[in-house]
Amino acid sequence: MELCPFLTLDSFITEPLTHDFMRKALLMSSLVAAVCGFLSSYLTLKGWALMGDAVSHSVMPGVVVAYALGLPFSLGAFIFGVGSVALIGFIKQKSRVKEDTVIGLVFTGFFALGIVLVSKIKSNIDLHSILFGSPLGISLSDVKQTIFISLLVVILLSIFRKDLMLYCFDPRHAKTVGINVFFLHYLLLTCLSLAAVVGLQSVGIILVVAMLITPGATAYLLTDKFDNMTVISVLSAIISSLIGIYVSFWFDLETGGSIVLAQTFIFLFAFLFAPRYGIFKLKKLFAGYK
Amino acid sequence: MESINYQNFRIDAENICVDYNGKVALYDANLRLKPGQICGLVGMNGAGKTTFFNALTGFVNISKGKIRINGESVRSAQKDQTIAYVPQNEGIDSQFPISVWDVVMMGRYGSMNIFRCPRESDVQAVKNAIERVDLTDHLSTPIGNLSGGQRKRTFLARAIAQRASILLLDEPFSGVDIRTEKLISELFIQFKNEGKTILLSTHDMIHVREFCDLVLLINKTVVAYGETSEVFTPENITTTFGGISPDFLFGPES
Repeated sequence: MELCPFLTLDSFITEPLTHDFMRKALLMSSLVAAVCGFLSSYLTLKGWALMGDAVSHSVMPGVVVAYALGLPFSLGAFIFGVGSVALIGFIKQKSRVKEDTVIGLVFTGFFALGIVLVSKIKSNIDLHSILFGSPLGISLSDVKQTIFISLLVVILLSIFRKDLMLYCFDPRHAKTVGINVFFLHYLLLTCLSLAAVVGLQSVGIILVVAMLITPGATAYLLTDKFDNMTVISVLSAIISSLIGIYVSFWFDLETGGSIVLAQTFIFLFAFLFAPRYGIFKLKKLFAGYK
Repeated sequence: MESINYQNFRIDAENICVDYNGKVALYDANLRLKPGQICGLVGMNGAGKTTFFNALTGFVNISKGKIRINGESVRSAQKDQTIAYVPQNEGIDSQFPISVWDVVMMGRYGSMNIFRCPRESDVQAVKNAIERVDLTDHLSTPIGNLSGGQRKRTFLARAIAQRASILLLDEPFSGVDIRTEKLISELFIQFKNEGKTILLSTHDMIHVREFCDLVLLINKTVVAYGETSEVFTPENITTTFGGISPDFLFGPES
């Protein structure tokens, strides 16, 4: 690796692929990115960015407890993810404290509980890898679990794709025509908790919320069609993951941070140059030359 | 005692109460509407108009009283696609990435299979509905690019596509252009002839006199209810609006 990485583009891309851990990291992170990107378009439209932040942080103690008890960590994450939302709802209803304050209060509490538990429970959990992700060191059992959860979320979202869109857009109409809004609400929350769990492997618990909101926000600037938005969101998430991992390989950077930075740059690009909603409106620029 | 035949009423709300976490939004409210009747729902902001709609659609639970839709429960009315709700323009995220066609198709979701795959009949219903509100040129236009009036017509088309027999309209005339207003009033006459029941909330007193057979004045509870010509008096309106005279609220011409 002392060689100049830019010798050829070909070697820039193929060299990392000769390493087993890199192939695994690229595959897993793309899968995770696809799942989070899919969900991201719903969260963006529903206005659940803060909720995504809350749930992704709140799963921390669940993951730790599950590890300690030898249970699948998705189970622990699910219980604490949904539990945090229930608690937020309860406190909001029973006190005069405003909702955003309650959200901030609950998820930091859960997060702190997780950190304290990690330090107390003697186990092989690596706090650093939970906080910042470790896509390069995913174990085989983690791979299986990630694939299983990812498929589950993708299948659920695909089946209820249109209902969830309606739920985000006009829940009152959904209810009026006999669609189970309660179910859809918890379905979205469940998928959010599960996506947070798989996401924390590649970018860590602190940055996983970026995986859940940035791709959706990028796509929102680029299209006026819901289906396109989902596709763009998934693609931008996958591309960011690939860019992030390659860049972190060649320049020896933190992988999770690189992936999220790549997403942020893609968002900034859309923010500046999106055809209709960008600051400079590329379409108009080109039209000027014709 | 003679028992009432509830089947005769499209909407029969009896002594309904709604409270949100202990705060009463509506109490002891009654309403009975038959097929082909148009009723205006009039009250101040916060008087419980939207709450009334929410109770009828089942979006909020009532804490007391009883609602029968065609003699059945609200739940079975939902299953049967009996009620359509046309929201206020402000109640809709106009930046949502969705086209006119997709919004109107949502009117069919309740009667589709779980994947919401449109059948030929659904496509036809959506086409007809869009024709009736004169938006055929805007099938694939994102709702964000529509005018206020066009957006209102889109949601009316959704209600038409749903083939509901009861239409609940929240401020159907607010923020719309003259053309849309004319089209909506023509549709009202058609709906009436088709035997649909319409309940609409409005701030505009002229519209009440023009379209509504019946009027329901509310301020947390029913202030007055009956034929528009009898009930829609300055005294009642003043009571409804907390002692402020209608002249002051709506100008001397109303």
